[in-house]
Amino acid sequence: MKIAFNINGQPQEVDVDGNTPLLWVVRDMLNLKGTKFGCGKAACGACTLHVDGEAIRSCSYAVKFAEGKNITTIEGLGTAEKLHPVQQAWMEEVVPQCGYCQPGFMMATAALLEKVPNPTDEDIDNNIVNVCRCATYYRMRKAIHRAAEINRSANSITQ
Amino acid sequence: MNVKLLYLLLTALFVGICWVFANTEIKTDSPPLVQREMEDTPFDKMMAVLTHKRCINCHPSDNYPRQGEDSHVHNFGVRRGEDNHGVAALRCESCHQHENNNFSGVPGAPEWSLAPKSMAWQGLTRVEIAKSMLNPENNGGRTLEETVHHLTEHELVLWAWEPGIDANGNPREKPPVPKDEYIKAVKAWAAAGAKIPNE
Ligand code: FES
Ligand code: FES
Repeated sequence: MKIAFNINGQPQEVDVDGNTPLLWVVRDMLNLKGTKFGCGKAACGACTLHVDGEAIRSCSYAVKFAEGKNITTIEGLGTAEKLHPVQQAWMEEVVPQCGYCQPGFMMATAALLEKVPNPTDEDIDNNIVNVCRCATYYRMRKAIHRAAEINRSANSITQ
Repeated sequence: MNVKLLYLLLTALFVGICWVFANTEIKTDSPPLVQREMEDTPFDKMMAVLTHKRCINCHPSDNYPRQGEDSHVHNFGVRRGEDNHGVAALRCESCHQHENNNFSGVPGAPEWSLAPKSMAWQGLTRVEIAKSMLNPENNGGRTLEETVHHLTEHELVLWAWEPGIDANGNPREKPPVPKDEYIKAVKAWAAAGAKIPNE
């Protein structure tokens, strides 16, 4: 089955069984290895990416549902020249330990900040429920607040 | 008296008393059980489905979905959210798509979401559920016809008979009444005036 979508701003078409998890397509067919496989059961969040701006667990998302949609993976979140506020905050707070879970957390955080620009600790607890086996949660929380702060100052400059 | 003979007599007496009790009909004021007939009325068939976990898990009385055969609180602290579809970045559709996913074992159907809080059924009796279902204040202003439509044609409701497999690959339990019998029962119950028995 042919499925066409935009990924990180580029049009893409794949010919694959429509029930293949989007994660498989992204990693194995499109060679975008930033999105990780953790559990394959929609339980850990390592595979989180955006489909039309919504955080989606791609291990549990049949690629046929991506037809005509805009997908963003961690590779498309920002660029080396222009980091996304979440990437900048993550670097400033030196969040990762082993790093495996981090792309999923960063994508979930970017989706949260789009909808809740100034999240409270409670918002973070309710929305960011990914799993980090290195338990970097404490630094992650600081980085989420920091990313919101970077957004705020960027917005105040542009206003 | 010989001790052996005494034991023999006591045993015989005990057996005799047991026999008398076993053959005595115990009289109570309760009406006789009519379980079999109850299960066959349209109302009973309908309620056997509506009180099943495949329905109740998404009609919680609080703000947390239930899941699984034991109706445990949904893992990961998943919440109802303002529109019953989850919170800002943890939407139902973050994991649940329009159909079951056999790779992950995540169930799915169109409009996967919680029933609004006014339609909370968890912890209610059959009669309370039926009354709530017919009350426009609770049922989203539905007429009886619209309620029947929801109960018999809404894809999310009918998912209960195509519940797929869980994360371990085990099939989810289906409601105790086959789909076509349930649909007939709902329609028959409504056509006969949607009466709610006194229980
Ligand atoms: S790999 Fe998708 S949620 Fe764990
Ligand atoms: S940094 Fe190692 S799993 Fe999260």
